[in-house]
Amino acid sequence: MAHTAVTIACEEKSQPSLKVGNFELASRLVVGTGKYASYAEMAECLDASGTDCVTVAVRRERLLNTAGENILDHLDLERYTLLPNTAGCFSADDAVRVARLGRELLRDLGNKGSEWVKLEVLGDQKTLLPDPVGTIEATQRLVDDGFTVLVYSSDDPIVAKRLKDLGAASVMPAGSPIGSGQGILNANSLRICLEYLKDGDPEYPVIVDAGVGTASDVAVAMELGVDGVLLNTAIAHATDPRTMALAMRSACTAGRYAFLAGRIPRKRYATASSPESGRIHESS
Amino acid sequence: MSSNEIQTERSMIIFVNGQETQISNGHTAHDLLLDLGFETRPVAVEVNKEVIPRALLPSRVLCEHDQIEVVTLVGGG
Repeated sequence: MAHTAVTIACEEKSQPSLKVGNFELASRLVVGTGKYASYAEMAECLDASGTDCVTVAVRRERLLNTAGENILDHLDLERYTLLPNTAGCFSADDAVRVARLGRELLRDLGNKGSEWVKLEVLGDQKTLLPDPVGTIEATQRLVDDGFTVLVYSSDDPIVAKRLKDLGAASVMPAGSPIGSGQGILNANSLRICLEYLKDGDPEYPVIVDAGVGTASDVAVAMELGVDGVLLNTAIAHATDPRTMALAMRSACTAGRYAFLAGRIPRKRYATASSPESGRIHESS
Repeated sequence: MSSNEIQTERSMIIFVNGQETQISNGHTAHDLLLDLGFETRPVAVEVNKEVIPRALLPSRVLCEHDQIEVVTLVGGG
């Protein structure tokens, strides 16, 4: 029997595996640049993760210390597409302002990431869960302004569908609260999100954003059929961040293969793997 | 002293990243970046909640009590 050629592009740089709007990425991992002990460590981890897309935040330039390093001194802009976020925004107004500032920054740098944004409109400081009303409003305004919007959402399938209908290029449901490391808390909701978002549109990209604690969380998400995973803290705060970055890369690839391969159904009782017949104690 | 010189020597108050800042009358957004030493740094500028493209900073004259944000990129998730 002829085998189907393996064409999975998880690790093949020659062809894109993750498409979001007009953006094409070789890796299905999107990695954050926050919380690393040093920029050097960050650069090592990004390299180890295999990602070609990294998130960045927009913050006030420090007025009193102009000699400080800038993260851009440590990011190869030829290698990485930057994905600016609106992290820390608790209203649609603030998120739209930050998105526009990020766009201007990236345009000035000549980075193609200027035309997209990872939209976050947060509900409260304690949970950092998205405010669905503010998120919907900001999505509409940014889509109208020409942005390719990747929107951080809860795992509510109805909200996810609304965001897609408004023109979001990717809906990015949280696996669990940002930085919590709890992994995928509600696989059932994610499955319904995937069903609703990909209904009649199987290529629509769904990315799990937030909550990853360790490599198996990435594999679980990918096995569910999401198109990519966005993570930061799980690498940056691991005991050995660079090795964890390698683990995340492997888990992403493994999970993608497993999804494409198709897992066996779960059953309550055992099914022997060895033949039932021909056992030595059988009576003839 | 001519009235023109008096005019150029007058100063005004603006707010830069929330901090009260005194600048000369007639200063542009580009002049402000020069004052701050940011002209070659990767920054974006917003005046009164409107992003000003870098090419337009030299022609954007600042006014009394303008609210300026000067931002850059930092690590984030």
